[in-house]
Amino acid sequence: MSGSHNAPGGASHGSVKSYVAGLILSIVLTVIPFGVVMSGGFSTSTTVVTIVIMAVLQVLVQLVMFMHLDTKSEDGWNFNAIIFAGIILVLIVGGSIWIMHNLMLNMM
Amino acid sequence: MFGKLSLEAIPYHEPIIMVTAAVIGIVGAAVVGLITYYRKWGYLWSEWITSIDHKKLGIMYFLVALVMLIRGFADAIMMRSQQAIAAGGAEGYLPPEHYDQIFSAHGVIMIFFVAMPMVIGLMNLVVPLQIGARDVAFPFMNNLSFWLFAAGVILVNVSLVVGEFAKTGWLAYAPLSETAYSPGVGVDYWIWALQISGIGTTLTGINFFVTILKMRTKGMKLFRMPIFTWTALCTNVLIIASFPILTATIALLTLDRYLGMHFFTNDLGGNQMMYVNMIWAWGHPEVYILILPAFGVFSEVIATFSKKRLFGYNTMVWATVAITILSFMVWLHHFFTMGAGANVNAFFGIATMIIAIPTGVKIFNWLFTMYRGRVQFTSPVLWTIGFIITFTLGGMTGVMLAVPGANFVLHNSLFVIAHFHNVIIGGVVFGMMAGYAYWFPKAFGFKLDEKWGKRSFWCWLIGFYMAFMPLYVLSFYGAMRRMQSYENTSWQPLMIVAWVGAVIILLGILCTVIQLIVSIRDREKNADVTGDPWDARTLEWAVSSPPPYYNFAHLPEVNSIDHFWEMKKQEGFAAQAPTQYHDVHMPKNTAAGPIMGIISIVFGFALIWHIWWLAALSAAGMFVTFLMRIFNDDIDYHVPAAEVERIEREHHKRLEMQA
Amino acid sequence: MATDTLTNHSAHAPEHEHHDTGAIKVFGFWVYLMSDLIIFGSLFAAYAVLSPNTAGGPTPEEIFELPFVLVETFLLLFSSFTYGMAVLAMNDDRAEQVRNWLVITFLLGAGFVGMEIYEFHNLVVEGFGPDRSAFLSSFFTLVGTHGTHVTFGLIWILVMIFQVSTKGLTDVTRPRIMCLSLFWHFLDIVWICVFTIVYLMGVL
Repeated sequence: MSGSHNAPGGASHGSVKSYVAGLILSIVLTVIPFGVVMSGGFSTSTTVVTIVIMAVLQVLVQLVMFMHLDTKSEDGWNFNAIIFAGIILVLIVGGSIWIMHNLMLNMM
Repeated sequence: MFGKLSLEAIPYHEPIIMVTAAVIGIVGAAVVGLITYYRKWGYLWSEWITSIDHKKLGIMYFLVALVMLIRGFADAIMMRSQQAIAAGGAEGYLPPEHYDQIFSAHGVIMIFFVAMPMVIGLMNLVVPLQIGARDVAFPFMNNLSFWLFAAGVILVNVSLVVGEFAKTGWLAYAPLSETAYSPGVGVDYWIWALQISGIGTTLTGINFFVTILKMRTKGMKLFRMPIFTWTALCTNVLIIASFPILTATIALLTLDRYLGMHFFTNDLGGNQMMYVNMIWAWGHPEVYILILPAFGVFSEVIATFSKKRLFGYNTMVWATVAITILSFMVWLHHFFTMGAGANVNAFFGIATMIIAIPTGVKIFNWLFTMYRGRVQFTSPVLWTIGFIITFTLGGMTGVMLAVPGANFVLHNSLFVIAHFHNVIIGGVVFGMMAGYAYWFPKAFGFKLDEKWGKRSFWCWLIGFYMAFMPLYVLSFYGAMRRMQSYENTSWQPLMIVAWVGAVIILLGILCTVIQLIVSIRDREKNADVTGDPWDARTLEWAVSSPPPYYNFAHLPEVNSIDHFWEMKKQEGFAAQAPTQYHDVHMPKNTAAGPIMGIISIVFGFALIWHIWWLAALSAAGMFVTFLMRIFNDDIDYHVPAAEVERIEREHHKRLEMQA
Repeated sequence: MATDTLTNHSAHAPEHEHHDTGAIKVFGFWVYLMSDLIIFGSLFAAYAVLSPNTAGGPTPEEIFELPFVLVETFLLLFSSFTYGMAVLAMNDDRAEQVRNWLVITFLLGAGFVGMEIYEFHNLVVEGFGPDRSAFLSSFFTLVGTHGTHVTFGLIWILVMIFQVSTKGLTDVTRPRIMCLSLFWHFLDIVWICVFTIVYLMGVL
């Protein structure tokens, strides 16, 4: 283990450059949504779409550049695991919102 | 100083409870006395309580499950007795506040403290052996999981004599479970028993998922794994993805009750329908967690006793994977009537019907495995055939319930009760009984008595149909669930038939108890010397019974499905003698798991009774114990090659004497 | 049956039986994080459903202060970066540097938690605590659960500072630093969802 350039888990470990790039991208992807909302200069729907896209992008930036997520490590199981968890999340959270919205329409 | 706790918490005026407590006390004292008399505390501590050996943990899980089956079944027969007499104005012997606790405890115990530990116990015993591993990926965590589960068991049993249990049903729907309507400690016992053991289950899920993916022996590709291991893998995926929802939902109810929040209260914005939605988003995957391992057992049993390769290995795997994913898309069928409307109901109704299809594929695969096989009608096979008939019927009533229009008539009626007992008894219980009989010799080195095994099966089969078919009929007359009493005396005859069925099931349970006693008495006669008493197909049968603690002297190398079976067919397989041995790296036993488990009981008890200082102290205690484990470097050792050789040579000597 | 006859060769080096236990621990921790993701997902679902239920109490735009949240966000983001530096130092076997970066990460993370406690305290003394409405219950719980996770992370960082100082970078401490790395970055990723869905959308 000592002297090796591979962290346990076989994940590529990045470099100072990639972390700095990730940091700068994250800063930009943070400042934009805060700016858009705090300025109040756009319509609500434009604002919502913008901040959601910025959030998704920043999540991906941090997954790849900070957590070194890739399709290869652990025989692809790291990637499979998060894809599966993501699917479940969409089903549970999306499904719950759909169900509760309809319940609210009919019952409240 | 003691929060809400006082001597009044003990229900002195309830004769049934006090008698039960006395019996438990006497039996418990007898057990403790015997252990002390035979000086076995040291043995128990070092060989079992602190053990990180998956085989021993598996045995302990299953043993606790069998004990809890007695309590869960006592609840059942009390309910059947009450419903057999409380007709047309008669009040029976159980007033509502007592009856409500019984049906709530019955559900909680059977699901969380009987079915789950049976499933987890079998996975523990079998999976590492089937994949050619020495233990699971995280042996300490495995031990901790068991003791957290045991803490839940103890809390639920303490609730019988100190305080009360929830009167809300096994899922504690809000707002009934909120402080306004359940101000007592019953719901809090429910909360902490489930939350603490739920953490244990989630850790098990992670442990076995990683074990199956990462600890398979050389050559054991995924599509060469035994089907039981495949179903275990999918079950653990379900656990990892669904138990967090239960944890979160119970936590929100806890915040309502303990900190006055408003997630599910009647006032200040709470939404009780959200509770129902979230609890079932966990609850539906939970029933697949129970049934998939049972399906796995049947696949192993039917292939072994038909002396034939399982039919349709690939479609079995894909059907299991399909069920795993689909099980997250159907949960609304538990509350069609709550009012989400036609579009939502239609989607979930159709999805529910679709999930029956992969199950059907499995049934056909089992039948095709038996076809043209040389089927031996051992008790595991009887359980399997009983399952195929019973589960198919239960599945069909499930498809009936999946039709939203029909569901509006049947929701909360005895039809639902009959349906889920149909699939849980016919599926899970029969599967666990088959697995118990099938793998018992591997765990203990001798077979169970076949005669009493078959008697148990027939009692369960006949008893089940007598107890539950009347409920289907009664539901069409309008009978609902959870009735402490009912007006319509014309329902009473069928209720009495159902009671007789429950008594017959009781005989089945007694047969299992007798079977164990007889089998222990006859253990020399039924000894499993070779390790392969059934002439079976998978790797766990390649080691002695019981296996050495390190499982395999040399980790096997596999090149097909049923590799062990293929090797046996080769000439001279049995005659080959071993040549060289090496040191084996093993984890050490640990006291940290049982200690954290015991402290968690105190933690839960303290929170239940609002003894805040004790709760804080025990939380600190668990944290300190965990830190001590973190800072402990002495957690593994090497078994010298000479020791491995000695154990293996002893086994070979026994084999030669047998031959 | 002799298990050794199941193998095709009689003598193989013990290394054949050695699984990379460090990698297995890190993978297991990743799987645990997936379960944690589902816990947060459930809390987000509860927030999405209950946040309109303000019950006559304050609405999101009345109580959220975005500049304050922006500072919190940068503290956490920078702490994620400094943890990355710690991992790079670990890969270069520089234990002292690892410790220094961990200390900086701890301070940034403690700053984040401190600001959050300050925000919660102010709301509670104004009578806008989690018992005021379903919106506030779900807000305090979602944001508070994240903060609790960060707090556990801070304790873990202290433990690792201690262990790296006393034992150095070993086969035991390295996987732990990697697991904590996953944990810490994961919490920053969850925070992205929190500030977007709770704070930014709250004031719209």
